[in-house]
Amino acid sequence: MATASRVLGWLAALGLAGGLAMGFGVAPRETTQGFVQRIMYLHVPTAWVAYLAFGVVFVASIVYLARRTDAADRVAHASAEVGVVFTGLTIAAGSIWGKPTWGTWWTWDARLTSVAVLFVMYLGYLLLRGMIEEPERGARYAAVLGIIAALDVPLVHFSVYWWRTLHQPPSVMKPGAPTMPPVILATLLVNVVAFTLLYLYFVTKRVELLRREQEARLA
Amino acid sequence: MTADPLIRVTGLTKVFGNALILDGVTIEVKAGEAVALLGANGAGKTTLLKVLATITRPTRGSATVAGHDCVRDAEGVRRHVGLIAHGSYLYEDLTAIENLRFWSAFAGRDARDAALQAALTDVELDAFADERVRSFSAGMKRRLALARVAMLEPTVLLLDEPFSALDQRARKWLEEYLGSFKDRGGAVMMATHSFSRDLQITDRVAILAAGKIALDTPRSAVSPDELRRLYALHTEDLA
Amino acid sequence: MSFARRAWAVTWKDVLVERRSKETLNALVFFALLLLFAFQFALGPDRDRLAQAMPGLLWLGFILSGLLGLGRTFVTERENDCWEALLLTPGDKSAVYVGKLAGNLLLMFTVEALLIALFAVFFNVDLSAALPALTLVVALGTVGLAAVGTLFAAMTANIRARELLFPILLLPVQVPVLLGTVKATEAVLAGEPLAAVAQWLKLLVAADLIYVVSGLLTFDFILEG
Repeated sequence: MATASRVLGWLAALGLAGGLAMGFGVAPRETTQGFVQRIMYLHVPTAWVAYLAFGVVFVASIVYLARRTDAADRVAHASAEVGVVFTGLTIAAGSIWGKPTWGTWWTWDARLTSVAVLFVMYLGYLLLRGMIEEPERGARYAAVLGIIAALDVPLVHFSVYWWRTLHQPPSVMKPGAPTMPPVILATLLVNVVAFTLLYLYFVTKRVELLRREQEARLA
Repeated sequence: MTADPLIRVTGLTKVFGNALILDGVTIEVKAGEAVALLGANGAGKTTLLKVLATITRPTRGSATVAGHDCVRDAEGVRRHVGLIAHGSYLYEDLTAIENLRFWSAFAGRDARDAALQAALTDVELDAFADERVRSFSAGMKRRLALARVAMLEPTVLLLDEPFSALDQRARKWLEEYLGSFKDRGGAVMMATHSFSRDLQITDRVAILAAGKIALDTPRSAVSPDELRRLYALHTEDLA
Repeated sequence: MSFARRAWAVTWKDVLVERRSKETLNALVFFALLLLFAFQFALGPDRDRLAQAMPGLLWLGFILSGLLGLGRTFVTERENDCWEALLLTPGDKSAVYVGKLAGNLLLMFTVEALLIALFAVFFNVDLSAALPALTLVVALGTVGLAAVGTLFAAMTANIRARELLFPILLLPVQVPVLLGTVKATEAVLAGEPLAAVAQWLKLLVAADLIYVVSGLLTFDFILEG
């Protein structure tokens, strides 16, 4: 476990270094947006990790309710924490990208809004966990919320998207246009893999920490 | 009777947060038998009853009621168990008969007024059938709570200080009810603080101290004074 | 069959308790009136502005009343630990969910009908033409709101900070319902046919189905204690 986690950590570090090098060194300066477009190499991977993390919460929650194994609960708990951090990062990166491109820190762009809704939703999930003293009950309630929240994600996505696009022209600027030069696509992919490794590293570390906390409680 | 015990608890451990409430409790109650659980406040009596009633899940160990596992087959356990706990399980804004009608209907049972009235007559509350529970005294509420449990016809009774707040007549009724309940092959586990009168309907006495069974003996084997001495001995260990 | 009877027993019991205590409904009616004042003060007397903001205000009113009313769903079960007895009674526990949900729908529909009537009178809008379509939209939205609200009320009932946690959990999850109903109400009040907002209605139906089914499937785990 410890060695697996260490290997994951080094792989993530290596991937991030590679991703940085490609993002700043290899990928070309984008013609219309200029230098700031490079933030996409952070924004898109963090958004991907956020969705991945909440997907893991969903699966782990179902496994917990079916099997009642503490391990599943720890995975859900850890993944939700990491997911909230990455949603926060996505929103921050989106804002920084938005300032020079849209001229404002925040716009109710469909994707940004969806991610912001997820951010508050899973922040609530962590709040709920923190407010229940008995671990078993906390795990059970959190699992139910983890399932409902995940089922809500597609609904949030569609409703926010329609809300922004129906009865008005589609937004002018779409980050990551469909025709992406191969270099940019490759850079993006490297970063997505690197951040996924980072996510796995964080989750394994956090799961281990939660396990030790529980052991200390029972001892 | 040589059949399997109706209540079987093996190596039961319960941890709440940092606190060890039950620490490897093992105890059995056979059909037609009543066991008294003695112990100081916080010794784990209520927790043990709650695990058996499937309200609380054990951390380790197992508990079965009438052959049903309290964790894996909680619904099976619930068909057998009647619980008198600290809460009366009554709605204050409903009348006595409305309370019985609701719990009877919610259990999917016959809820005709004749049966409900009879249940109220048993505990001498028939004259108060249409009064709201909010206006009842503590003793009346306890009697109605007993009528509610009796109406659901359990085979195992878990009682947490059932005699508290009862006057002499109600106490007598409960003693008679428990007697005939045992005769019909029911099993009783009763948490109590009393050393004398409450114990009369019990066949065995167990002392729970610091989450462990410190003593488990037939009631006839110990005199009340002897029991008091043993109780003091074990509960002082706690300090 | 027995499931329906047990669910009905729960609804009947709650209606009876509410009829005796009149705690929730009286407070909600009063609250609805206060909301009307608040909206009027916030927007000023300008008719056009009010008419424009009306779909949003209406749903804001429904949601705020819902947060107050739905959050109290399990208050009666806390007294005398009735909660435990609901769990201990053999039989499918989701009957409790269905019974409570039905009671909540009854409560919400009552308050909503009142709010709509108050809006029509005090803001002087003629709703008669839009009423059938409006009823459909309100019904669809309320089912979604109450389905999640009932579940989350059970979840927060035994937590000390429940008055805080309940809205914090409920509001983000209700974003799709809120957006869908406000958009559909906008169109309905503007006199557009329902077909114009078919997409939103489909979303609301999907949300209702997902919420009710997941509520039914997960309620057992909440009631457990």
